[in-house]
Amino acid sequence: MKIVVCVKQVPITTGTNKIDPNTLRIVREGVDAELDPADEYGIEAALQLIEAQGGEITLVSMGPDRAIEAIRRGLAMGADKAIHISDPALSGSDALTTARILAAAIKRVNPDLVICATESSDAYTGIVPAGIAQLLDIPQLTFAKKLTVENGKATIQRQIEGGYQTVEASLPALVTVTGSINEPRYPALKGIMQAKKKPVETLTAADLGFATSEVGSAGAKERVLGWNPAPQRQAGVLIKDDGNAAVAIADYLQKLKVI
Amino acid sequence: MAKILVLAELKEGVVQKVALELVSKARTLGEVTAVVLGTGAGAQAAILGEYGAQTVLISEDAAYTTYLAEPGAETLAYLIEQIAPSLVLIGGTYDGRDIAGRVNAKLGSGVITDAGEISFEGGALKVTVPWYSATTIVDVTSPSNAPLVMVKPKTFAAEKLEGAAVPTVEKISFTPSDKSKRARILETVMEKSEGPSLEEANVVISGGRGLKDAKNFELLHKLAEPLNAAVGATRAVVDSGWVSYSMQVGQTGKTVKPNVYIAVGISGAIQHTVGMKGSKNIIAINTDEEAPIFKVSDLGIVGDSLKILPALTEELKKRRG
Ligand SMILES: Cc1cc2nc3c(=O)[nH]c(=O)nc-3n(C[C@H](O)[C@H](O)[C@H](O)COP(=O)(O)OP(=O)(O)OC[C@H]3O[C@@H](n4cnc5c(N)ncnc54)[C@H](O)[C@@H]3O)c2cc1C
Ligand SMILES: Cc1cc2nc3c(=O)[nH]c(=O)nc-3n(C[C@H](O)[C@H](O)[C@H](O)COP(=O)(O)OP(=O)(O)OC[C@H]3O[C@@H](n4cnc5c(N)ncnc54)[C@H](O)[C@@H]3O)c2cc1C
Repeated sequence: MKIVVCVKQVPITTGTNKIDPNTLRIVREGVDAELDPADEYGIEAALQLIEAQGGEITLVSMGPDRAIEAIRRGLAMGADKAIHISDPALSGSDALTTARILAAAIKRVNPDLVICATESSDAYTGIVPAGIAQLLDIPQLTFAKKLTVENGKATIQRQIEGGYQTVEASLPALVTVTGSINEPRYPALKGIMQAKKKPVETLTAADLGFATSEVGSAGAKERVLGWNPAPQRQAGVLIKDDGNAAVAIADYLQKLKVI
Repeated sequence: MAKILVLAELKEGVVQKVALELVSKARTLGEVTAVVLGTGAGAQAAILGEYGAQTVLISEDAAYTTYLAEPGAETLAYLIEQIAPSLVLIGGTYDGRDIAGRVNAKLGSGVITDAGEISFEGGALKVTVPWYSATTIVDVTSPSNAPLVMVKPKTFAAEKLEGAAVPTVEKISFTPSDKSKRARILETVMEKSEGPSLEEANVVISGGRGLKDAKNFELLHKLAEPLNAAVGATRAVVDSGWVSYSMQVGQTGKTVKPNVYIAVGISGAIQHTVGMKGSKNIIAINTDEEAPIFKVSDLGIVGDSLKILPALTEELKKRRG
């Protein structure tokens, strides 16, 4: 079985990302970045399938040169090889362009299964995977908290409002995984050493047949007009509990007429 | 007048609340056409009319309820090409995201996710979007002819339109292709829950890692009883397996806007507060007086939740008599 896992490098979340007021993009320079923790679940899911059934895992990532660090971490976890699409022209791409680029790269691998996270940790639009599935003309099984592949079919438990659905599709298919699907492994030292020698193909937008004018900020279907800091809530009263907290809260709730 | 197309999602044959929210907003922007797909669609046209839909397009094809995403995406793409709306509104739900992602790629529409305010200024679309865990509000437009705009549940109020006319109901003359029937739903399992839902409750009590142990969530459920509250949680405790994901409040969980939100043993990380800071009144209990949750709370209590919760439950029972 051939599996592609889409992986993205994201700034390490400290709670407050810095924003460049001119470009309105996340400041990535001088900020530590990592393999998106959300993608580690996808890599782990792929590794478990391959370990049980045999096959090969290709990581596909679109990102600047230094995204190679995130790719290497995925390779260290156990993926076999990678495609890295890196091109300054891609900066400012929207979800549509991202899906187009990733789909074009994935086509080269012709996999049985494509795995993505349900949403990335930095921009979290959550619409790239369905776009990839559409462009590859394959079905999508989304929000998986459980995944099995048997007899040429993928079956998932799909997280929904208040419960789950069991959904199946024949391969090739695309699956998006949630954080409840598994416990990702840490790369072992041996894996880290091997990762340095694993093949990584580096491509530009042009290599995939895209003109500079149709990708990046130039090709985006969203334009930022301006921005403002979000209004802040004012902090209210703070009291230390000296045995009276329950009464104070009850009084407050009574004032609000909820009791 | 701008033509606004709204994808009105059904759940078990009933139009979802978010659809009524979208229609309520859409009628302030232009002429509203709602699309309802799936078994029971026809019966839901009237209620969409009450909220301001002038036209309701329906299809009762079983494909929409039997297969994921693709039949809906094909149909919506067909309708967008037929109707050429100025804007397509889609709920930021599980199914909404699946469909929007496919339509986006099929038509090259462009998607604006997580929309706040939506307006047309001099004919040009303007959408405010909270970016970076809602620390920055960005104004976005789209050069696309019919951009897809996704809106999370609870962003807009669902308000009936006084004196609304009976909507025109039309059957959709499109049948999903056989090829679209690829991801089959074999079974739907609902987890049973008691009390009001997180989205609808007047009072929400959420717990975090400060509760120390999964079993202490019982203290929240006990307090929820006299308040008729729903119980929520942080991602930290959901990831630890204490409670189910459906209880998660925040950026990657639910957005709640109750009258009263009680945060218990929650530090107040930005990814959590983005999902609850729209609450009218916020009470926080935390042992650490420096906890960021106190920056957004109206009443902050520095103290041990494990002591305060049982005392508060008793106090409320006493007052209720
Ligand atoms: C704050 C913010 C808001 C934005 N809002 C919008 C918007 O409303 N509409 C829009 O079209 N664009 C938007 N963008 C741009 C969008 O984030 C980029 O297009 C981005 O490249 C992909 O989107 P995502 O991270 O949201 O993907 P998601 O759809 O959230 O990603 C899901 C999964 O797809 C895979 N994946 C995504 N990107 C890559 C990649 N580069 N390489 C490999 N795998 C990948 C990963 O497995 C990932 O977990 C926004 C960007 C920012 C910073
Ligand atoms: C991409 C991304 C998305 C995320 N999405 C979400 C999301 O949707 N929702 C979400 O909640 N989080 C989300 N997070 C995680 C978030 O950043 C925080 O890690 C999480 O909210 C912290 O949960 P917590 O407050 O329960 O735990 P902690 O941060 O560990 O806080 C526990 C608190 O309990 C207090 N405490 C300890 N003992 C007691 C006691 N006896 N009584 C009272 N208080 C006590 C402590 O002082 C502390 O403040 C996301 C993170 C990322 C990176």
